[in-house]
This record gives sequence, structure tokens and C-alpha cells, in this order.
Amino acid sequence: MTGIDEPVRRRIAVVSAGLRNPSSTRLLADRLGDAVGRELGERGAVPSVELVELRDHAHDLTNMLHTGFASPELQVALDAVQAADGLVAVTPIYSGTFTGLFKNFVDVLPEGALAGHPVLLGATAGTARHSLAVDHALRPLFAYLRAVVVPTGVFAATDDFGHSQGVRQDDHVAPLADRVDRAARELTEVVLSSSRQRAADPFDDPTPFEQMLRGGPIR
Amino acid sequence: MQFGIFSVGDVTRDPTNGRIPTEGERIDAMVRIALKAEEVGLDVFASGEHHNPPFVPSSPTTLLGYIAARTERLQLSTATTLITTNDPVKIAEDYAMLQHLSGGRVDLMMGRGNTGPVYPWFGQDIRNGIPLAIENYALLHRLWREDVVDWEGKLRTPLQSFTSTPRPLDGVPPFVWHGSIRSPEIAEQAAYYGDGFFHNNIFWPIHHTKQMVGLYRRRFEHYGHGGADQAIVGLGGQVFMRNSSQAAWNEFRPYFDNAPVYGHGPSMEDFTEQTPLTVGSPQQVIDRYAAMRDHVGDYQRQLFLIDHAGLPLDTVLEQIELLGTEVVPVLRKELAVGRPPHVPDAPVHATLVEAAGGARDVTVYADTDAVTGRAPAPVR
Repeated sequence: MTGIDEPVRRRIAVVSAGLRNPSSTRLLADRLGDAVGRELGERGAVPSVELVELRDHAHDLTNMLHTGFASPELQVALDAVQAADGLVAVTPIYSGTFTGLFKNFVDVLPEGALAGHPVLLGATAGTARHSLAVDHALRPLFAYLRAVVVPTGVFAATDDFGHSQGVRQDDHVAPLADRVDRAARELTEVVLSSSRQRAADPFDDPTPFEQMLRGGPIR
Repeated sequence: MQFGIFSVGDVTRDPTNGRIPTEGERIDAMVRIALKAEEVGLDVFASGEHHNPPFVPSSPTTLLGYIAARTERLQLSTATTLITTNDPVKIAEDYAMLQHLSGGRVDLMMGRGNTGPVYPWFGQDIRNGIPLAIENYALLHRLWREDVVDWEGKLRTPLQSFTSTPRPLDGVPPFVWHGSIRSPEIAEQAAYYGDGFFHNNIFWPIHHTKQMVGLYRRRFEHYGHGGADQAIVGLGGQVFMRNSSQAAWNEFRPYFDNAPVYGHGPSMEDFTEQTPLTVGSPQQVIDRYAAMRDHVGDYQRQLFLIDHAGLPLDTVLEQIELLGTEVVPVLRKELAVGRPPHVPDAPVHATLVEAAGGARDVTVYADTDAVTGRAPAPVR
């Protein structure tokens, strides 16, 4: 039961698939995470933002593909993403799409783990030529996962980090900071309005055998 | 408490010398492993069932029948019998036959297999994995308990007036375990029937095993078969031993690093920490396995995988010798301490017969001979 004075708490997971240190992907991930946290705070919610650096789990992700189970450290990351009310997912663009490491993480999430989850997508690359990868590569992946992806995806080319306006005076593109804020507002809106139903835990609440025997649905 | 060996029956190259056994050598090795298990006082030998290279045991009852003829005491089991793609009618017949030939030394572990294409190869649809496991077992369960079965399901030809022969030895069907690594539905199934539940945890962390076994125990009690701590639980295990821990690590590492399933993945250090794999001295194996019940409760069956990854047969036989002489006798003693008297042992033929109120002949005599039209006169 939520009392009147009970604050609205929202957990945001930020996944960064950057490989370098320092990493522009991590920079973008931090900006997005901060913006969402700030926006939630301004709307009276109590945010907590958890960062998952996939680079730290690179070996464990490969091992999980082999063994089928997560190391204790990777399990913490997987749990954080699944327990979050909203996800910020940011990857570098390699060969026109998300990196293998990013996809590896998506691949080891349990089936349906992101269904109905509000998601904000971000990507980085050297030049703006890769900017459509957010919509042409990332968005279909998250459509498959049945996530609720906000309309604004934030792409940052290296150049974006050196401009407070559009990269060129005449390109009419909103500067990175504006795009980050717009995307954060969109995600916050969904995160605050959604009352996501957690999937039933089959261990707490198994499908009764008689139901399975009758050929009924298995939850 | 039963201790034994389970074999996948893989034909794998020895990474230290490149030698790879023939299928014939591997089949012979499985037999010798089973004979050794009986010789050193282990209780169970269980064979996998596979229908593709690099595995040899496609026909477990043939293998187990041969082993039955050459052993006296060993309990023969499977790990697992494919309840999904085998016809449950044939399982009922084959294992009842084996039960008679082995003098009741047989039980089975139902499973769904680990090779997707086996479903289409045997005319089934992999998306029906769980429904097949449920429906086929429901039929098998009846075939061993009802002399004449009329049956109609969704996934198999209906049966009218069908009698599975031979009828179970002494009127008592073989005990059944249900094996599953990840599916709560199978733990639920085992609990519903009051059958055993085997968690093959060899590649999994103990917290997962605990969750699966916990669900089975809770539901076993829910379905009225006894207390949760009286449910029949089996676990997998994996060990490699030498007298010194360092010798064991050095010798086993190339096999670990190149093993099917986990080879070229996690380090042996991580894997031994995260799964039941124990590489070390017999005492280290004793310590690790004596502690399993702290996680899953007092249990009934512990099977070890020891003959995979290309390990030479002589090494495997040495491992079984160590298990039988140094490890299992100590584990038997340690696990008996503090085990409540109401926790049962795994059912075997003798205890099942006793629970049924004694042995009875349940031979079904045909009314008339379909060819001659004459009724045979049974000689009593």
C-alpha cells in the first residue's frame, strides 16, 4: 500500500557498451542517465540510476554463451536491467550496427526480459554518417524484444562533443544537449506513467500440473 | 543414499595425445565403467541417450541389458530417456523387459534431450517439448499400471484395447526420475506423480539447483506424497582426483580447456568455484559433496560424470576406484549423520514391492490366439 507521502521511486539502468577508457559511448550514457535522473527528480520522483559497463563483463558474457549461466557479477548486472523501471541502452556503431558485445548482452537476457520495458536508445560513432544506425539497427532489435522505445534516439558523433549548437550553422540539427534532454523527457514520461506488470515467477507460482495435463497454457 | 556414475557416451579426442576412440571402443568403455562401478561398491550406472555423433548410446536398453547380465547388484538407470521423441509405448515395453531381465534393477530418468534436430528426426516438433514430456509420460504411467488401456491424446496415435507387455515385474513399475536443468514444469510434473526429481547441476551454480529442488520439494508436499524433506532428490556431480590437488589440476586442465560444452569458455578456476566440478584430492571431493545437502536438503542419489572430454579409459577407471574406495565410503558415513529417520532412501524394486504389499504376477493372458482362435491354457 502506497501512502500519500510515500515518494515515487523509479530505477533506471544505463547500459554502456563502450570499449575504450575513456569512452565517448560512456560519456553519452552518463549524460543520458543524468538527464533522466534529473527529469524524474524535477517531476517529484526519487530516481536511482545504475550503470552497467558491459566492458567489465566481456569475458563473463562469452562464458555465459558457453555455459548458459551468469557469473555472480554478471548476474548483478542482468538483475539490475530487469528490475529497472526504465533502460538507457548505448552502444558504439561498428560496421553499421551495434557492437557484438552489446548484442551479446541482449542475447543472454532471459526471453521476454525487456517486454514492456521503457527504453531510450543511444549510439556513438566517429562521424554523423552512422547516425541512422539507431533507427535502422537498434530500433528493430528492441522491437523484437517488445520493449517500449521512446521516439527520440540519441546519436552522438565525435564532433557533437565540441559543439553547443548544431555541428554546422545551416544543418538545423538540435545540439546534442537538446536531443539528450528531449529523449530524457520522453523516457521519463513513459517511466512515470507505466505500471509495468512484473512477469509471474514460475518458481513462486508454478503452473498447476492438472492445467498442463489438460493442455492448458504454461506460464 | 545411492552413489553412481552417469555417462553421456561421447566419443571425444584426447587433447593430450590426439587419440580418439572408435565407437566400438567407446561402447566397450561404457560397459567396463559400469562393471568397475559395481566392483568398487558404487550403486548406480546410468547411460545417456543420444541420436547423433559424437555420442554412442542410442539404444540404452541394449547396453543396460548387456550390463545387467554381467552384474549382480548394480542399479541400472538412464540419464536421460527421451520422453519427448521416443514412443511412450516402446519405452513401457523396453524398460519392462529390462526390468524382468535385470531382476528389478532398473529405474529411468525422463528428459527432453539437448539436441534440437532430434525432434524433427523422430517426427516431432521441438515447440512441443514440454507438452510431449507431459502427455507421453501420462500415457507411460498408465501403460505400466493398467492392463488394458484406451487412450487418446494430442500428440500420438490413439490406443484402443492396448496391453503393454511384458507387464511390470512383480506388478510394480520401475521407479521414475524426472530430470530437468531449467524447467519448473518438470519439477512440477515430478512432484505431481510423487516421482523422483534429478537436477543435473554439473554445469550450473548451486543457487539455481537450490531453486529447482526447492520448488519440487514444496510441490511434492502440496500433492500429498509426504513432507517436503521426504521428496526423492538426485544431483549430478563432476570430479577429477589425484592424491595431490596440484597433480589433479595439472592433469585435468587440458581436458577441461578442450571439453565439449564449457571448453574454451570459463577458466577452470571460475568453473570449479561456480559449479560442482571439483578438481583436487579425494578429501576435497568429500568436503565439497558432503556440503551439497546444506543447499538442497538430505537427498537420495548422487551421480558423477567422470568419463567425458576424451579422458582415457584407464584414467576413468582409476577415478572410479578412488570414488569407490576413498570418497563414497566416507560420504556415506558423513551423510548418515544428522539425516532424519523419516527421510527415505531412493525407492528400488524391493522397497516398491514391499510398499505394494508384496509381489504378484500380473501376466496378462490373451483370451484367444489371433491366429488359431484358441485360448491358451495357462499352466499354473
